[in-house]
Amino acid sequence: MASPDTARHPDLAGLEAGLDALDTVQVRRTPVRQVLLRKVLPPVTAVVLVLAVWKLLVVAGVTEDYKLPDPAAVWDSLRQLWLKGTLFDIIWTSVSRGLLGFAAALALGTPLGLLVARVPFVRAALGPVLSGLQSLPSVAWVPAAVIWLGITDAAMYAVILLGAVPSIANGLVSGIDQVPPLYLRAGRTLGATGARGARLVLLPAALPGYVAGLKQGWAFSWRSLMAAELIASSPDLGLGLGQYLENARTDSDMPGVLLGILLILFVGIAIDLAVFSPLERRVLRTRGLAA
Amino acid sequence: MAPATTTALAHAVRLDHVDKTFGRSGDGRPVLEDISLTVAPGEFVCLLGASGCGKSTLLNLVAGLDRPTGGRIDVPGGRPALMFQEHALFPWLTAGRNIELALRLRGVPRPARRTEAERLLDLVRLGGSYGKRVHELSGGMRQRVALARALAQDSRLLLMDEPFAALDAITRDVLHHELTRIWRETELSVLFVTHNVREAVRLGGRVVLLSSRPGRVVREWTVDLPQPRRIEDAAVAELSVEITEELRGEIRRHGKP
Ligand SMILES: Nc1ncnc2c1ncn2[C@@H]1O[C@H](COP(=O)(O)OP(=O)(O)OP(=O)(O)O)[C@@H](O)[C@H]1O
Ligand SMILES: [Mg+2]
Repeated sequence: MASPDTARHPDLAGLEAGLDALDTVQVRRTPVRQVLLRKVLPPVTAVVLVLAVWKLLVVAGVTEDYKLPDPAAVWDSLRQLWLKGTLFDIIWTSVSRGLLGFAAALALGTPLGLLVARVPFVRAALGPVLSGLQSLPSVAWVPAAVIWLGITDAAMYAVILLGAVPSIANGLVSGIDQVPPLYLRAGRTLGATGARGARLVLLPAALPGYVAGLKQGWAFSWRSLMAAELIASSPDLGLGLGQYLENARTDSDMPGVLLGILLILFVGIAIDLAVFSPLERRVLRTRGLAA
Repeated sequence: MAPATTTALAHAVRLDHVDKTFGRSGDGRPVLEDISLTVAPGEFVCLLGASGCGKSTLLNLVAGLDRPTGGRIDVPGGRPALMFQEHALFPWLTAGRNIELALRLRGVPRPARRTEAERLLDLVRLGGSYGKRVHELSGGMRQRVALARALAQDSRLLLMDEPFAALDAITRDVLHHELTRIWRETELSVLFVTHNVREAVRLGGRVVLLSSRPGRVVREWTVDLPQPRRIEDAAVAELSVEITEELRGEIRRHGKP
């Protein structure tokens, strides 16, 4: 480069390279050992501790056996279900209901959230209702759903929708509200207006809030579904986790009750860990918002 | 980027008696009053003024992000490119994709975008940073990507709102040099806002001083120094002293009852 610029600024090219090298953030992957040590070990320790305390309480005989059964008895119930071949059927009945309901909630909640965020009239009309609905436990809808729709799958889905749609819609609204105005102005100067602006700038910018809403929406879906299955349990419906729990209660089968609770907890956590947490982490990490 | 298009236009932007008053949210006093200013094609004009005098407001008007209360703004070359004080890059896209988004919105067909994005990154000396995330870049690199994205609009007029204000002196110096080089290579017209007098003299062919409340054009200087200049050049310092004196007087005026 023998341009007059560099002739007068012989030091600038080197200076620039030095600045860039100094300033660039180094991105590094964490090794597997560290992941095991930091992410896997603590929860495993916690579970082992809980089991140990449980076993200790049983051995110490703090209460009658029918109230606090031995962990081994719960394990035995699990083995029975496995041997009968119904374990996965029960889980799948609930999970498929939950996921289908969640998908429907997604399809309804997303356009609703967009409308509330972008149309002032709709926001004034529905915004407070949507936030209010979020604090209404969706189990409160079960009696109404049963009277309207009977003890049917439709009633289950209705309860899921009433629980999850407000979360998803609210997540999108707050995601859109938190988009820095600078991005919108930058989008406009680049020519991203109208529908193209919404698709290329507004929605991607609102994604972190939206994904947080999805995560919460799933938790609400699962919770509402379990409440509905517990209360509106009937032999005509497929046997889900909630019904399994309710049946164990009527049989005074405490190991079965504890197993039901643990399975519900486990499935809820597993789906969050398998789907929503990775999704959220990915969205945040590409934006430099999470380590 | 043929020089022919540059000479075909009489001016890059022309403001005729522009006024701006903010309704409702403002106090009703005009922010800008009777601003008349012309930037010739290929000219580099620096707009200088104290904080809050309405420089950003003026650029927003020229960029079409806001409307003037009175007067006329003529930008014959179409929508100008605007570079903000903050980089305003989209964090969900890589450096290269940010530039490609600008190309896409300009109507460049998909196959041509990648090569054009890489050419622009090379132009700001960031070849090889195509796949970098915004948060992986330093402040100076971000502003260079932002410059490349603004250039991707292929507008004849580039508006810059204190783009280097948040950078350290050495990085800023390097970017002044890059900007001057790119301006000369592309024959762009630039309207560059700053409150840094030396920066204005270092970069501009003309320096326009705005007063505060209301913002009016107080005075302008033609900078007859050859480019590339350096911020520490004696001639740059000399003119800066003169302009700073005038700016001080402008600010002092507001202290009097
Ligand atoms: N949207 C708005 N509504 C009401 N007043 C506004 C608005 N935008 C700017 N102002 C007022 O206009 C004046 C000029 O603001 P502007 O941001 O243009 O100043 P500036 O010269 O860019 O300042 P700085 O150097 O600090 O960036 C300020 O007094 C500000 O309060
Ligand atoms: Mg400003």
